[in-house]
Amino acid sequence: MRLGEEERAMLAGEMGPARQWAIKHQIAVGDFFDAADFVRVGQAHIMADTESLGASGVAWLEAIARLPSAERRVAVPTITDPRGLDFASYKRLKQTETMAGLEARTIAAFEALGVLMTNTCINYQTILPPVFGEHMAFGDTGVVIYCNSVMGARSNFEGGPSALAAGLTGRTPRYGYHLEEHRGGSKHFAIGWRPRDLADWGALGGIVGRACNSYWEVPVLSGLETPPNSDELKHFGAALASFGSVALFHIPGVTPEAPTLAAAFAGRPSPAAVPIGAEDIAQFYATYAGDGDKVDVVVFAAPQLSLLEMERVASLLKDRRVHADTSLIVATSPEIKFAADRMRLTQSIEQAGGIVTAGVCFYQSYAREMAEANGWQCLLTNSAKLVNIIGGYGYRPTLASMQRCIDSAVAGRLV
Amino acid sequence: MAIVLNCHPGIGPTVTGTALVAVDNFSARYDLDRLKGTFSRPAHRLYGESYHDKILVLVTAKGGVASAWMLREMKERGIVPKALVFDRSNTILAQGAAFAELTLVDRFEAGDPTRLILSGDELMIEPARGRVTILNRA
Repeated sequence: MRLGEEERAMLAGEMGPARQWAIKHQIAVGDFFDAADFVRVGQAHIMADTESLGASGVAWLEAIARLPSAERRVAVPTITDPRGLDFASYKRLKQTETMAGLEARTIAAFEALGVLMTNTCINYQTILPPVFGEHMAFGDTGVVIYCNSVMGARSNFEGGPSALAAGLTGRTPRYGYHLEEHRGGSKHFAIGWRPRDLADWGALGGIVGRACNSYWEVPVLSGLETPPNSDELKHFGAALASFGSVALFHIPGVTPEAPTLAAAFAGRPSPAAVPIGAEDIAQFYATYAGDGDKVDVVVFAAPQLSLLEMERVASLLKDRRVHADTSLIVATSPEIKFAADRMRLTQSIEQAGGIVTAGVCFYQSYAREMAEANGWQCLLTNSAKLVNIIGGYGYRPTLASMQRCIDSAVAGRLV
Repeated sequence: MAIVLNCHPGIGPTVTGTALVAVDNFSARYDLDRLKGTFSRPAHRLYGESYHDKILVLVTAKGGVASAWMLREMKERGIVPKALVFDRSNTILAQGAAFAELTLVDRFEAGDPTRLILSGDELMIEPARGRVTILNRA
């Protein structure tokens, strides 16, 4: 890679061992992807829940946090993805003091680095959205695909160590979706109908993701009659990234790099469109269905809920009570939780028997240990991303609309 | 007789070991019970198989930025694949391999490695040279 003066200084250790580690790590990754040089980034966003870090990862962070201030503090605004534990609710979820201890140590280490503990995967709805063409080092697949596609930002999936490295150096290797040559559409899907529910949007993302099955594919969706809203694109993108490892999509007339179908394919001929119909969505639901089963836990998360989703959950629970043998968990960002508290949405959900968590996401919160401690197996959710992930943690997941999730939570079984 | 497969230069040290191959994908978060060292997602083609000390040969990496931290954490605990071989890696697994100093290669001249390598093959992976050698066929 071609290095500038400051990058050479970092590599030589002149700016301390943390930045030296960071630039070495970035050069190794950049070489792997044939990056020619670095590009400066506006923000970094770090996924680093303690289940992923483990005790050794936390200790590694703490070693950086002990360096002198000038050597350890991040060079650009650096924010965090959901944490693994909410101190206000962890005892109700039967998470342990050991988990809480690791969490506290991790937060202290990140704060020593100057990282802002935003604890959210919906920063594009709640913190500081990127603008068109802005290069970022974002570290949550749902965040990356939304910001690349809906906002026209430029980011790769940056795993926790790489996002931290970008925070420390203020740049990232220029490869993948930082380059125009990778941003044109490569597959075409025709949608002749409009998904009705957020879970439908997630199912659509799952179907397109399975068909793409590569980080390097860029799907284009045509045929949508009216533009989706932010929450719909959030669920679609999160599922697409989860099922297919996809980081960018275009919807002609909706997303900014695709004013037309021709523009979506960057001047290349449009491939033949693969039709996706309502029957495909029904078939997708059928692969994550367990009618008649008792429901142990209903989860609204992955991604964290917007204020409008919080209001919808509260409305659907109005004058109702979650069944005594079923848990209902809602995960949102700290910023939305403050708003939901002020507007008494949190109170409504919790009075009905739900648990509102802030700054966490279900699958990043020791899901296996929670299942064992609470006796959870049958999980119901409106998140296609979550049903894709959570089977590996020993759950039997079912995908359903928010309405059906709430009705089932009240009944204590799938309805 | 050894079979040589050329690929893009990769990450990590030269290693030798036994291949475990599947036409499926990989995520440390989605697919593994990292305490037991087994594939734990029922839909995965390697469900129930131990990955410890194996050279995993799979199509690509899926979802989940967590894998970038998890590879190092798995290595620290000593229950970790010996190397990762993909048709095409996503960014997360490459970053995770760089962080963990774990061997990873992809982009083979002869195409998808899950069609070139068999489970049980003895392999030598030389990331710096961009070369995988099948030392003994299963």
